[in-house]
Amino acid sequence: MYAVRSGPVLVKIANMMFKQKFSVTRMPGFSVVAMICFFALYMPLAPLVIYSFNEGNNIALWEGFSLRWYGSAWENELVQGAAIRSLIIASFASVFATIFATMAALGTTRTKPYRGQMTIYAMINQPLMVPEIVTAVALLILFALIKQATNYHGFAYLIIAHTAFCIPFAYLPIKARLEGMDNTLEIAAADLYARPFKTFRRITLPLLLPGIFAGAMLAFVISLDDVVITEFVKSAGQDTLPTYMLGQLRRAITPEINAISTVLLGVSVLLVTLIFFMSRKRGN
Amino acid sequence: MDKDATQAEEKQNTNLEEVVRQQTVRRNILLTTPALVVLFIAASGPLLVMFLFSFLTPGDYGGVKWEASTQAWFQVFFHTDIFDDTVSIADAHLSILWRSVKLSGLTTILCFVLGFPTAYFIATRPAESRNFWLFLVTIPFWTNLLIRTFAVLEIIRNAGVINSFLLAIGVIDAPLDMLYTDTAILLGMTYVYIPLMILPIYASLERFDFRLVEAGYDLYASRLKVLKRIIVPLIKPGVIAGSILVFIPSLGAYVTPRILGGGKNLMLGNLIELQFGQGRNWPLGAALSLTLLAIVMIALIFYVRSAQRAGAGKDS
Repeated sequence: MYAVRSGPVLVKIANMMFKQKFSVTRMPGFSVVAMICFFALYMPLAPLVIYSFNEGNNIALWEGFSLRWYGSAWENELVQGAAIRSLIIASFASVFATIFATMAALGTTRTKPYRGQMTIYAMINQPLMVPEIVTAVALLILFALIKQATNYHGFAYLIIAHTAFCIPFAYLPIKARLEGMDNTLEIAAADLYARPFKTFRRITLPLLLPGIFAGAMLAFVISLDDVVITEFVKSAGQDTLPTYMLGQLRRAITPEINAISTVLLGVSVLLVTLIFFMSRKRGN
Repeated sequence: MDKDATQAEEKQNTNLEEVVRQQTVRRNILLTTPALVVLFIAASGPLLVMFLFSFLTPGDYGGVKWEASTQAWFQVFFHTDIFDDTVSIADAHLSILWRSVKLSGLTTILCFVLGFPTAYFIATRPAESRNFWLFLVTIPFWTNLLIRTFAVLEIIRNAGVINSFLLAIGVIDAPLDMLYTDTAILLGMTYVYIPLMILPIYASLERFDFRLVEAGYDLYASRLKVLKRIIVPLIKPGVIAGSILVFIPSLGAYVTPRILGGGKNLMLGNLIELQFGQGRNWPLGAALSLTLLAIVMIALIFYVRSAQRAGAGKDS
């Protein structure tokens, strides 16, 4: 009896709640999964960073705060050498890749389709499609032949390999920027008798600069982080920071690795934050 | 006379147009040349050399002898006994191949199961806070893969955070042996590649018109039905793109299985490396690499096909 009488009231209450709470976009449980996902993305990084400040020799037993391992990494000559090598390679590779990618973007965007354009796209995007390990061993084979023939074992191999896989990463943001630009200003400049090069230098390049900058930074991060291709291309004594770390992981791990990781993590986060806020400003 | 003049002028005009067009094409080709040269030297060219190497004879101490042979391709699939020359299927290679495909597939599924709700969550936030959540996904995406794998290694070790926590709350009595198992590789790859699933799905959802969902509810569709019949079909291109972006690098993964699989749970990438190290069989390594590449190409063709189909479905 009671249930029957209270029925309509319950429906009313439910309706009220429904109207207030019902949201078209809500999917039950999705927010929970999302929170778990965000937690899982960042949780593993916490111990890594925390134990880099550990006083003791262990990466699992906390013995008090110290910057000891940062000091020891800083003074370790192998780490120093690897860090300098990483920076040199990343600088050269990102500069070359950005210049070539800018030119390629100018040659493939805002132009009538021409024969061979698909091949050009395929070649530029190849490093994104072919698994890194395949490119790595292919480079190992080719460079082994060249090393044998010329007896040259220098940095050039690493720089050219890094330049190649950085090109698509530099190319994509530059191309996106170019596609968003119309050419009215350039036509106006040409109408005012500006020579093509001057039009490029005074109009196209300044407008393109945010894209170029984003591309260069992405290329730098990608080169700095590369493990697989570097591991297979490097000659003896040419460890970069990531390959040095990979080698160390086989031995007993000390918090020194955590310290190096934390620094690299910091650099990546800083650069990505920069790119992110720059692209946001551009969007506004 | 007059007619001739206009015709001549027209001819000149078309000539001029043709000249300009040719100039632009020449300019475009000149502009793309440096990038293409570098890519040819360090990306496509090496693949051609590797193709050649897969038909040579292995050298005694690595490298090759310049003698043609199809032995390497034979060895990818078959195994010849060193004592009695009986030929059998190369179980070791095929089981590693199968493990690679299986783990990559599972990684893709796990990434979708976790990544789709996350992308949905981000896409349904107010526009101001969306960028913040997106930023949280982008950061791990651009941080070093090695460091992230190393972070996973640290938390799933016997003395790592997960085991310490589970022991402390009394769920388990002894640490779980997670490290150096297939599960470890699966967890590691999911962790490393999940942003590649979230970002394209988010991109599709961002363009998704939520009024369609409203219409679905108006027509008394249940939540599940709205999800299955309206949302998922319309964001399918994003799901397919995300799946391919996760599947392909998983298939060629080298660092993650090497660190989390501990050298006994190999994947294709590690098997390939082995041929250039202890295995000293470069042609076999080359043939295995090309096999991996072939699988990736099949996946890509599948992707292009289904993307086209999804695109066509939307129009009709």
